[in-house]
Amino acid sequence: MTSNPNSVHSNNSVNSVENAPLLEVRGLKMHFPIRRGFLQRTVGHVRAVDDVNFFIQPGETLALVGESGCGKTTTARCILRALDPTAGEVLFRTDDGRAVNLAAIPRKQLRPWRQHMQMIFQDPYASLNPRMTLADIVGEPLLVNGMRDRQARNDRVAELLRLVGLRPEYMQRYPHAFSGGQRQRIGVARALALNPSLVVADEAVSALDVSVQAQILNLLMELQERLGLTYLFVAHDLSVVKHISDRIAVMYVGKIVELAPTRRVFSVPKHPYTEALLSAVPIPNPRVHSQRILLEGDVADPSKPPPGCYFHPRCRYAVERCRIEPPPLVEVESGHYAACHRATELTLRGVMGRETGQN
Amino acid sequence: MEPILTVDNLKTYFFQSEGTVKAVDGASFEVYPGQTLGLVGESGCGKSITARSILRLVDKPGRIVDGSIQYYPANGGQALELTELPSDGATMREIRGKDIALIFQEPMTSFSAHYSVGNQIMEAIRIHDRGLSQQAARARAVDLLRKTGVPMAEQRLDMYSFQLSGGLRQRVMIAMALACTPRILIADEPTTALDVTTQAQILALLKDLQRSFGMAIILITHDMGVIAEMADEVAVMYLGRVVERGPVDQIFHAPRHPYTRALLRSIPSIDGEPRTKLPTIRGSIPHPYSRPQGCPFHPRCLERIAGVCDQHEPALARMADGQAVACFLHHREEIRQN
Repeated sequence: MTSNPNSVHSNNSVNSVENAPLLEVRGLKMHFPIRRGFLQRTVGHVRAVDDVNFFIQPGETLALVGESGCGKTTTARCILRALDPTAGEVLFRTDDGRAVNLAAIPRKQLRPWRQHMQMIFQDPYASLNPRMTLADIVGEPLLVNGMRDRQARNDRVAELLRLVGLRPEYMQRYPHAFSGGQRQRIGVARALALNPSLVVADEAVSALDVSVQAQILNLLMELQERLGLTYLFVAHDLSVVKHISDRIAVMYVGKIVELAPTRRVFSVPKHPYTEALLSAVPIPNPRVHSQRILLEGDVADPSKPPPGCYFHPRCRYAVERCRIEPPPLVEVESGHYAACHRATELTLRGVMGRETGQN
Repeated sequence: MEPILTVDNLKTYFFQSEGTVKAVDGASFEVYPGQTLGLVGESGCGKSITARSILRLVDKPGRIVDGSIQYYPANGGQALELTELPSDGATMREIRGKDIALIFQEPMTSFSAHYSVGNQIMEAIRIHDRGLSQQAARARAVDLLRKTGVPMAEQRLDMYSFQLSGGLRQRVMIAMALACTPRILIADEPTTALDVTTQAQILALLKDLQRSFGMAIILITHDMGVIAEMADEVAVMYLGRVVERGPVDQIFHAPRHPYTRALLRSIPSIDGEPRTKLPTIRGSIPHPYSRPQGCPFHPRCLERIAGVCDQHEPALARMADGQAVACFLHHREEIRQN
C-alpha cells in the first residue's frame, strides 16, 4: 500500500495554475460491506477500489484498463460521485484555479460541479429513454440547469447534433430510429450539452461493431481537439485504449499496478500483470503468433485478497518478498509508475516494435 | 480432403408481420475435419442464425427457405441433407450433440440453475449413450472436466452454474459440448463475454482439444484477432451473405472484397500507433427491413460501380487461387440473373 498518497504526482503537484492537473485522485477507497444474517451484520468488505492515486492534466486522455471486477468502473463512479467513496480525495480544478475536493461535498451541494463532469455510457440501447425525442434527451441537461426557453434549447441541441455528426432535422425523432453508432453519438451530444471539462467514457465503444467503433473513436478524438476536453476513458480493450489515450493506468483487484504514457506501457511494461494482459490480446494477423503468457487460476477475490502483492499467486516472477509485503506504486522511471518489487530488475516483454510481417 | 459439412446457398428468413427479415441470404462454405472455419461479421450479418440453421434450431417465425446443408456421417455412409430432416425427428436429435455440438456465447445463461453442472453434463452423456450407468457417466464427466482444465473437477461437478466464475463456466460448457466427442463443434462467440486473459486460456484449450479429438470447429466471432489466431479458413459475412471466403492468410493479407478490406483497416490494432485516426467504413449497417438492392454493401462501398452494384447481386465466385469473392470488381462479366 502506498504510504504516501502523493507519491504518484510528486513532480506535478506544483500549485501553479498552468501545470495543475484538472483532476487529482488521492488515496481513493471504495469498500462495500458484505452483510449476512438476520441482523445484516457486516462480516467483511469488498475492497472494490483500494487506495487509488492518479491525476489527469487538462486536455489529456487517461485510460483506466483492467479486467472485469478490477474496480475501474467503481473508480469512475466515485469520481462522478455516483457513489460516495469510503476514503480519499477527488480534487477537481475549477476555472479560477482552485481545487475542490468533490469527495467531501455533501450530495445536495454537488449540482454546480456536476455540469463540469459528464459521462458517456456503454450501452447506447439502454442509456437513452425510448419515450423521449432527441430534442428532449439532449436538451434535458440544459433544462435541468435552467435553460427554460424551448427555442434557445432547441438551437443548442441543433448545434450539439451537428457537432457529433448528426443532422439537426432528426431532433424530433425517437432513439429507436437510430443505429447503435448514431445512438452513441446522441449520448456524446448529451454529455457535451453543458460544456463539461471532464468527460468520463465508461466502455463507450465496447458495445459497437468494429466499423462503427472506429467512427466513434475518431469523433471522440476530434471533439477533444476542438473543445479541449479531458477524458477519463474506462475500457477493457487494450487495442482501443491504445488508439485514444495519452497515458494508461492498469488496475488489478482495486489497485493501480502500473501507470505510464501509452507508448511505454505497450513497449516496456514494468508490471508482470501488464505483460500478461498485453500478451493475451489476439493480434489480427495470422502470420504473427504471439508467445502468450497464460495466467493460472482466477483473479483474486477482492473481499479476501491474498497477502503481499495481490497478483503473486498468478505471477511467474513471484519471489518470497511478494508473498509477504504489498508493493507500493513507485516511479520506476520518469513518469512510469509500477507496483512491483521486481520492477527495476525484470525485463518484461511489450508488444510494440514486435515483428508483425505487415506492410 | 473430403468435407464433413457443406453448406450451399443457405437462406433462412424470418416472416414477421412487419416484413421478412432475410437473416441468412445465401451462405455457402465447407467444413473439413480437424480444421477451423471462422465465420466472421458484424452484428446482424447472420452468422449465429447460420449456426442455428445447421443444427435446425431456428425458432419460428424463422424458416430455412432455400439451399442445402449436407452432412457426411462418420462411417462413410450416405450424406444427410439436414434441411430435409424434421427438426425434432430422431435423426436430427441424434446428430445434435452427438455429431454436431454447440457452445453458446453466454456461459451465464446457458445452464439451468436448478441442476448441478455435473447433472447437466451427465444428462448429455446418457441421452446419447443410454446403456451407461450413473457411475460410469459420472466418471466420464469428471474426466471431461479434467480435460477442459477445470481444477478440482470432482467437487466442481456438484456445484451449480452460479457458483462458478465466467472462465470456469465456459470450460464446463465446453466439457458438456464434448460429452459425446462430436465431429463438429460450433462455437458461437465462445470468448466474447470473457476477459482477455481468460479468453487466451479458452482459445488455447479449444486448440488442444481439436488436436486430440480431430474435430472440426466452426468458430463464430466478430473479433478479427480471434479469427487470425484460430481459423484455417475464413468466411466473411455481411447482411446474411458470405461475401468472401478463403484461407486465413489470404483473407488477412490479400483481401479482395471491399468490405473485408475496410473491416480489416478499421480494427484498432495493438500494434498500431497511439492517438492516430482510424480509417472507418462510412454509414452504418442497414436496418434488416430495408436491405439495399443489388450488392448489400454498395451504399457503403467506395469502389462501387454505378449502374451495376446497385442493380445486381454479385454471386460468390471462386477465383483461381481458391479464394471466393462476391464482388463485381473481380468478376464483372458474371451478372447474376435471378
